Amino acid sequence: MEADHMTFFLQEYWWFLISVLGALLVFLLFVQGGQSMLMCTRSADDRNLMVNSIGTKWELTFTTLVVFGGAFFASFPLFYSTSFGGAYWLWILILFTFVAQAVSYQYRRKKGNLYGTRFFDILLVLSGAFGCFLLGVAVSMMFFGADFRVSMGNILDPGSPVISQWGDGHGWEAIFCWRNWILGFAVLFLARTQGALYFMNNIQAGDRFFDICRRRVLVNGVIFVVFFLVFVGMLLTATGLQSTGLHTFEPVPYKYFQNYVEMWWCLVIFLIGVAMVLYAVGKSVFLKHYTKGIWWSGVGTVLVVLTLFWVAGYNNTPYYPSLADTASSLTIANSSSTQFTLKVMSIVSILVPFVVAYIAYVWYKMNARPLTPSEMESDHHSY
Amino acid sequence: MDDLFTVVDWSRWQFALTAMYHWLFVPLTIGLALIVAIMESIYVKTGKVKCLAMTKFWMLLFGINFAIGVATGIILEFEFGTNWSNYSWFVGDIFGAPLAIEGIVAFFMESTFIAVMFFGWKKFSPGFHLAATWLTAAGTALSALWILVANAWMQQPVGMEFDPAQMRNVMSDFVAVVTSGTAVAKFTHTVASAWTLAGVFVIGVSSWWILRRRNVELALDSIKVASWVGGAGILVTLATGDMSAVNVAKYQPMKLAAMEGLYRGSCGQELVGVALLNPDKKAGDDIEDPYLFDISIPYGLSFLANHDFNSFVPGINDLIDGIELTTEGDTIRTVSYAERIARGREAHEALRAYDAAIVAGDEVAKESALANLKVNYPYFGYGYLDSPEEAVPPVGMTFYAFRIMVMAGGYLLLLFVYAFIASYWRPKWLQHKVSCVIAMLSIAIVWICSQAGWITAEVGRQPWVIQDILPTRAAISDIAASSVITTFIMFAVVFTVLLVAEMSIMATQINKYSKEDINKIANS
Repeated sequence: MEADHMTFFLQEYWWFLISVLGALLVFLLFVQGGQSMLMCTRSADDRNLMVNSIGTKWELTFTTLVVFGGAFFASFPLFYSTSFGGAYWLWILILFTFVAQAVSYQYRRKKGNLYGTRFFDILLVLSGAFGCFLLGVAVSMMFFGADFRVSMGNILDPGSPVISQWGDGHGWEAIFCWRNWILGFAVLFLARTQGALYFMNNIQAGDRFFDICRRRVLVNGVIFVVFFLVFVGMLLTATGLQSTGLHTFEPVPYKYFQNYVEMWWCLVIFLIGVAMVLYAVGKSVFLKHYTKGIWWSGVGTVLVVLTLFWVAGYNNTPYYPSLADTASSLTIANSSSTQFTLKVMSIVSILVPFVVAYIAYVWYKMNARPLTPSEMESDHHSY
Repeated sequence: MDDLFTVVDWSRWQFALTAMYHWLFVPLTIGLALIVAIMESIYVKTGKVKCLAMTKFWMLLFGINFAIGVATGIILEFEFGTNWSNYSWFVGDIFGAPLAIEGIVAFFMESTFIAVMFFGWKKFSPGFHLAATWLTAAGTALSALWILVANAWMQQPVGMEFDPAQMRNVMSDFVAVVTSGTAVAKFTHTVASAWTLAGVFVIGVSSWWILRRRNVELALDSIKVASWVGGAGILVTLATGDMSAVNVAKYQPMKLAAMEGLYRGSCGQELVGVALLNPDKKAGDDIEDPYLFDISIPYGLSFLANHDFNSFVPGINDLIDGIELTTEGDTIRTVSYAERIARGREAHEALRAYDAAIVAGDEVAKESALANLKVNYPYFGYGYLDSPEEAVPPVGMTFYAFRIMVMAGGYLLLLFVYAFIASYWRPKWLQHKVSCVIAMLSIAIVWICSQAGWITAEVGRQPWVIQDILPTRAAISDIAASSVITTFIMFAVVFTVLLVAEMSIMATQINKYSKEDINKIANS
């Protein structure tokens, strides 16, 4: 394989892995979604059940975000330096939500908790809701652009040596942009829907609790569908950029619609994914004791998010369009690590199926029996 | 960026704050994971309930500590991007790879099996559960491996070359990055120090129980395990500390000079044991005495740095002036810091010329600029400095931090010798009030030792982010100083609130853990 072809292949491969990690992260946000619903019940027992149900999975969500960030750093460092250093406040707030989440599970009911259980429960609710929303905002910029410009020569300017420079908003402009809110709310209500689906699957606490979850699936599912449809409408009618060289672009009307048409397999996977999510919501709402909705919805979510990443980055599309300077837009070709580094990491990525296999095995064994109130209370380590 | 230095300083404060808080929790996580795995192994082998109770208690403390460790860890990872965006691009091709590998190999292992460890007692066989505990311990240690490889690379950049077209360093030899002397020494030194810290923690907490005449049997058993782990830890820490010193002497001589407060070196250089630095002494000054008083070991530094009693160790002024001495006393000229700055600026000019030649399509000019850049690139970072004195790290902080680390390390060695002997042959010693109080106070000492080690390593690295290649001031993000100050305060408040929460929960768990809890565990 020629060097250029090899580089191209590795860049596409690593965008694929980033897509997989991003898609799994959005699925695993059911943990955050579940957290955001803790205050929807007045029963402390219900809350404890909910926390202990998703409590065995929070580290997986957390780790997936860390690996998603690490993989982006390693494979597309220019995105890492541009987005994280630029949209400073957006990422800092996301970090705070994850910090709050990590400690709240462990501390909320431990003896010696100075701040009380309610304090950490409120942290769980806030971190769950804002974490999902803000991650949606961050991903939305991959389609609708961000306020940055990149100039490599800056590194030689002793007075202002920063390569990637952002507008004065430093992330606030993204947080307060209504277009980004649409995906932010879509992610939030999807996570809440999936959180409720997960509770239906993992908690056995009688019909009352099950029915509460069903209602939450319905309400959050409907709101999610509304936001999702608006987002898809905006996406498919948006004018995107097309790479014509490493740093040259031209605007193309309906770019993302074109990407779906030109990569027809993406469209098929997208539609299958959407159908699976809708099927999961519908069947869970209308069948009285259906508990498998989380799996249909989970797989559907992964498929949909995968295709969103693909239409964002493949088919000569800049995955991080610049609103300030079109030529600064980031593509998988102009922002990636070198062929050597991508190759080294690709060798390590052979371990990914093994990692997925042991995660799946442990998940299967841990969730083989639904969580019951008595099991929770007898567990020495319960949250 | 008219407030460049304010942004740099506050970004450094923020990173230091996060790193120091992170390092309050992580060594305990790494060390306790090993101790818990050993305890559970003993339980699985013997089937004794007291061993299960011991395992579950320390596992409980491990869990409380783990959460806040990962919480501060995620901030560290993302701060490379948020506050050090130039750095992320300039070395992302090298630094990112270990980080990604760490995520794929270590973090998932840790996060998956920790759930089994806490919640899988009744869902998995004892053998599988034990394997999960060991995999969690391995995951915590491996998590440290990759970030320490990355950190070591910043101290000793190897296996890379500069790509002028993209204005960044790119990796050319992954094996060299992973197996550099600094990487090996840093990983072993750091992980072993974590075992030491956890060993002291277990001994100290157990001594509290003994002092209160509670859970005495469990406490004595815990001290036995902790003595093994901590004892091994302190021995490896001392041995690898020697490796680190040799590497510092070779690759970061200015850091070594700062660690010693040494301004003019000599052959057969003495090692300063205890000293008070003269605050009036400055780099470039040969008049003032560097110490107000000192107790030194003859030939000690020469031997420590080069394993040769008569070797020359340069001081700060020798390095700035570019002077070395042979063992015969002859002077050798090396590259002075003024010359390094000049060559660094020449490297910058060559890079500008290269860029201009690319735009103009002038191949001859491009090749000429490239050749000039290659010759001067080893001094690239010096091109950002205004004077040679800027290349000197803060001497006072580096000097005292190093001494605190070494003295505390020596004390901890004695502590483990005592704990080991007493736990196996003289258990009554451990029940003496003075012994208990000393062991409890040692918890504070080991944490101070651990923090002092990192202060030596990282403050001593200044002004560099990447040794000789990129100074801290050129590694930052384009953010307003007010933003960094605000987030610094936010982080300081949040971390402190969480630290207080953790300490309160830990103290309560330690204080309340009773015979009833042990019985409850036995019956669960």
